[in-house]
Amino acid sequence: MKSRKFLLRFWFAIGSVFAVMYAFPFLLVLLNSLKARREVRAEPLKWPDAFLWENFTEAADRMEYWQALGNSIIVTTSSLAALIVTSSMLAYYLARSKTRTASGIFLILVTSMIVPFQALMVPFVGFFGNLNMLNSRFWLMFFYVGFGVAMSTFLYHGFIKNIPVELDEAASIDGANSWMTFWRVIFPMLGPVTATVAIINGLWIWNDFLLPNLVLREESRTLPLRTYVFYGQYTSDYGLAMAALVMSMIPIVLFYFVLQRQIIQGVSAGAVK
Amino acid sequence: MTKTTQLARRQQELRRFGIFAAFPLFIFVLVLVVPFFRGVYYTFTNWDGFDATEFVGFDNYISSFQDEKFWSSLFVTFAYVLACLVLVNLVGFGLALLVTMPLRGVNVLRTMFFVPNLIGGVILGMIWQFLFGAAFPTISENLDLPIFRDNWLLSTETSFWALVIVTVWQMSGYMMIIYVTGLMSIEKEVLEAAMVDGATGLRTLVSIKLPLMAQAFTISMFLTIRNAFMAYDVNVSLNGGGPYRSTELVSLHVFQEAFNYGNFATGQSQAVIMFLIITAAALTQVVITKRFEVQR
Repeated sequence: MKSRKFLLRFWFAIGSVFAVMYAFPFLLVLLNSLKARREVRAEPLKWPDAFLWENFTEAADRMEYWQALGNSIIVTTSSLAALIVTSSMLAYYLARSKTRTASGIFLILVTSMIVPFQALMVPFVGFFGNLNMLNSRFWLMFFYVGFGVAMSTFLYHGFIKNIPVELDEAASIDGANSWMTFWRVIFPMLGPVTATVAIINGLWIWNDFLLPNLVLREESRTLPLRTYVFYGQYTSDYGLAMAALVMSMIPIVLFYFVLQRQIIQGVSAGAVK
Repeated sequence: MTKTTQLARRQQELRRFGIFAAFPLFIFVLVLVVPFFRGVYYTFTNWDGFDATEFVGFDNYISSFQDEKFWSSLFVTFAYVLACLVLVNLVGFGLALLVTMPLRGVNVLRTMFFVPNLIGGVILGMIWQFLFGAAFPTISENLDLPIFRDNWLLSTETSFWALVIVTVWQMSGYMMIIYVTGLMSIEKEVLEAAMVDGATGLRTLVSIKLPLMAQAFTISMFLTIRNAFMAYDVNVSLNGGGPYRSTELVSLHVFQEAFNYGNFATGQSQAVIMFLIITAAALTQVVITKRFEVQR
């Protein structure tokens, strides 16, 4: 038993070393975000001589942080809402319909999940650019529904399949039409999948770079885009650049600490399916 | 069944389709299906981003393969996928074993390993651009360490490994979660039986845990292959494919070809080739690893 205890201590030490290695990049960025440019250049590891909080206010000003954060929040929440409504409805239809068309549609949706965005982006920009639908947050939401609906429908489908049809029938005997049956009876039961769908797609949309980079311009840019542009302009002024990086990470990290358990569950449920 | 009830059923089915499925499917078709097929169609034309006036057969594919940079980009991508496949899964599985031990503060460890995955690749790339480009060289200088004295992003080989390191850091926490789920799904009785029979830790791992959680390997290897083939964000913000486009992965190459050099049709052909490669690689991997899965 003594050797077992020793062994566990050994693994604890290994784990701690790894944890420090994983956290080190973040800590270094945080440390240097509070320093003057000359200090970052000379000694990145040193504790700051004085905390330069101005780095944060100045970076926020110059990259128009609050506007970018607002854009990200608007884009993510509106896309999520649209995605949840459309994919749960589609999944309900596909799970309940016994026709061959329905199973064909389902198969197409599943197959489409392997198509990478890169295989679509060039014709995508050509097509929607000619229709003047780029550079708008509204259409971006529309695009996210298009790209996310297959996976979300798949997740909802797996869950709705297991809800007994008798529930639908009972509701219909009570005089509910199919629209009411879905929204009053079925949808409220979908809570756990809705959480999974929201978390997986939320992380994707919040962090997405390629699509908004092709779609959004100047004032409608989301946080990762704005940070990227800002960082490119201020690479020499490391204090400011680091402050911008820290601020771009704060929202998602806060979100993670509030919803840690749900996020871990959602991520693993989404991956395993 | 009479004809009228059949007709009524059909009508009801159609109405349900109209209410629940038509709109979502319309968006899906417009955003995903239409660009996909138009994209494939364009590769056989002289498309310039606006018009396609002429059929050119396989010319775009031929010029794709004559593009030396495309070959080197494919080569780098394969090397990158392979390195990530091995390292991400090795590290991810190792971390999973570590955080399923009865250690103190195991939840803190889990959080630490998972956090990089929450943050977008562009931001992670910028963080490491600072580390490799500015912080590490200065630190090595100050502490007199040889390893990071030169900026890793300025020479081809180290720039490639920098890309791999960032990816492992980013993805291993995610794979760890999948492996933890796999390890947890093994019944306690089986492990206890093994212990009673006197199996050592290593023996239990190789003979019991690995076969029983083979599915977790299928999933995370599939995800690693897919994500690594599609990697763009870290590539663009860490080293921009540099130095001299030597670490340009295929996604970034397609982007450059189409949007920076204006070769839309060639770029799109390369994207289609990339799609075929990803599909083939992912399917092959799934078929191979499925063989190792044990029916319970």
